[in-house]
Amino acid sequence: MTIPVDPQATERESLPRRDPRLEQQARNRLHPQHLIALQALGRGAAAPQERWMGPKGVTRRDPHVGHFIAANGRKRIDRSGRSGPAAAGAGQPAVVAKARVLPLVEIASPAFLIAVVPDMTGGRLSSHDRDVLGLARQIADADPAHQGAVLAITFGTLREDGDAADSVGLGAAGADRWLHFADTLHDGYAPLAQLAELEAIDGKLAPRLWLLPESRTGGGERGRRLGARLLCRGDALARPSGNAYQLDGELAAIGRGELVEVSVTGRSGNGQQDLTRPLTRIVLCEAECAEPVEDVRHAALPLEWEAASTARAVPDVIEDLGPVAVDPSAIALGEAEFILSAGNGIRDWDGFHRAASLLGATEGASRVAVDDGFMPRARQVGATGTWVTARVYVAVGISGAIQHLQGIQRCDKVVAINTDGGCDMVKRADLSVIGDAGAILASLCQQLEAERSAVSDASAAGQAPAAPSTSSSASSATLAADAA
Amino acid sequence: MKADRSSVAQQASAPLEVVSLVSLGQHPVSGRLRRAEQDARALELCLALERQSAPGAVSLSAWHASGSEIALGSEQDQALRGYLGMGLESLTLVTPNAPGAAPLKAVDQPVVDVWPLLVTRLKQAAPQLVVCGGQGETGEGSGLLPHLLAESLGWPLVEGIVAIESCDGAHLTALQALPRGQRRRLRVKLPALVSVDSAAPAARQSAFAQARRGELSTLASGELVHDAQAETFGVAPARKRPKRLKRIKATSARDRFKAAAAKAEGGGGKRLEGVSAEEGAAEILKLLREEGVLR
Repeated sequence: MTIPVDPQATERESLPRRDPRLEQQARNRLHPQHLIALQALGRGAAAPQERWMGPKGVTRRDPHVGHFIAANGRKRIDRSGRSGPAAAGAGQPAVVAKARVLPLVEIASPAFLIAVVPDMTGGRLSSHDRDVLGLARQIADADPAHQGAVLAITFGTLREDGDAADSVGLGAAGADRWLHFADTLHDGYAPLAQLAELEAIDGKLAPRLWLLPESRTGGGERGRRLGARLLCRGDALARPSGNAYQLDGELAAIGRGELVEVSVTGRSGNGQQDLTRPLTRIVLCEAECAEPVEDVRHAALPLEWEAASTARAVPDVIEDLGPVAVDPSAIALGEAEFILSAGNGIRDWDGFHRAASLLGATEGASRVAVDDGFMPRARQVGATGTWVTARVYVAVGISGAIQHLQGIQRCDKVVAINTDGGCDMVKRADLSVIGDAGAILASLCQQLEAERSAVSDASAAGQAPAAPSTSSSASSATLAADAA
Repeated sequence: MKADRSSVAQQASAPLEVVSLVSLGQHPVSGRLRRAEQDARALELCLALERQSAPGAVSLSAWHASGSEIALGSEQDQALRGYLGMGLESLTLVTPNAPGAAPLKAVDQPVVDVWPLLVTRLKQAAPQLVVCGGQGETGEGSGLLPHLLAESLGWPLVEGIVAIESCDGAHLTALQALPRGQRRRLRVKLPALVSVDSAAPAARQSAFAQARRGELSTLASGELVHDAQAETFGVAPARKRPKRLKRIKATSARDRFKAAAAKAEGGGGKRLEGVSAEEGAAEILKLLREEGVLR
């Protein structure tokens, strides 16, 4: 007996057959047969399928599979079709972390110049410097038809930690032109040589305005020296406007040279009065006088400049004999740069004091240590003690009460040494070492002493390296300031 | 200080002429006139120099330049006597030469600038050292006076001095205050101007009886300059400056939410757990060295 062969049977077998039950099991991750179903459907070990044909002939898509992580950190599905199911890395979140490149602004031929002398404390731009550069930027950009440029003048050795094109970050802070006097003379106290340079710049480049930070770290002094020099030369407009924090009026008038149109407000009379006056050519700006530049970067082209011959000829009436070693315990806690602070976790107080003197750190303490009588009240750090501004703060055995953490808000780097790894100070710290404070401090002292004895042996053998001397250098760029 | 005694003790015949310039101060809260904080510190520095040198080696005088006369018992008089109470016998009031007339009455006085007066007087008296405060507390308080004096006399000026170490008639060695409590040693050729700011040691208290005993002597010299520029200045009580707000530049809703709801960030730091004390100490030393706080 022959089985009647349906002529269309083989054809029917070759048709893709779907097993809805198997598919349902494969979709349901909680089904006991889920993995078997996946195997049967041929996507067992492989990555889960991103899209498939649904039972009604509609393409289905698994939103958990075909996504990527966007720049803002959120899951996104690419609907543009550029990355199909075969796209490389599909299913694996690709974290996009690309540094944002700020648009570059170049001002080829400025109509006028605004000169800024940032303090560059420690060779770096301070936030005060950035604010002043931001104000200069506002003035230079006030009138797009009459575009000005910001000239930054820096002295001494600078820290280079930016990229190659903008090594000290002056461009990102808003400077179009840059004049740098790299002579090591300016690392010390050389007010008269700097004054001679500034005077020469004022004569040759004739900036519309001089903006300097009103600070104790050089800005205020430079501005007043320049102002007094120019005043005595008969330039009545050079009288410095000190402690200035606000400019009122149409800023575009400054570019046109009509300084009287703008008024400047500053503190006077021991901070009790506001003095408003017509704008003068030298403005000493307080911190937060303007918003710093963001979102763009400027060219900061180095200017070609010959050091003023007068600067060389300045008589050495003021001689800098160098820094003096200061007893760290004599420095006020509020302005100390490096603080070693002790809390309840300290058992070996002699070891703590020894570590502080070896490190050259100013001593601080938490409230508990002061209350227990181990440290004087004047050394207390925190909301009820001193609000410190140290660059490096080492908290030894301090768990970090909120009042203490408030007091160290303005510290840059915090190091915590604590036995409790879950305390708040460890969460705040940039570096935390979990362990016994006494042992770690003792080891610190031991390592420092070993190093210092090695160094003193080496220097006794006469291997002191000679400091290289750098000279004033200026690379080339052209200044196209056609200032009147 | 004992060591300094010899360096300051120079030729006994010509004592070192030191002038301390003092001005009227104003209390920051009550607004009452008083001795100026920085000028008092400057005078304190001079008194310390006088004390540390041999008797008679330093001759100290204090000057106050005034455009108008100061009535006995007035508020200005009381304020200036604050300096006398620090141990001075007399205070010199430098007033303008008024040809044939009394000095201007305080009532209808135009704004005047006293620095030409002081320049004339300093040229006449030719002291070796002039010490003053960095910034005045009344008037414009621009801090320009020492600079103008230095420019017009051609003397060097150093700012922010906290201690005079030695003074040998030709040179002055002094310590200058730097930020963060650091100090720098300077050597300045005399004659010179030295200005003092709030980093200098605090001034001693003013003794009431000494202040009453002391004498304010008037000395006319030079001409006043009418400061037309300063008459255009508008003066108002200080406005409180607004605090800078934290600007949130989030481009997405998620970032805005994060910025609004963010707690103090944590867990960003490096954490060493279960390491030996030596390793932990080495890591801390490495960080201190990177930050450049170890000397």
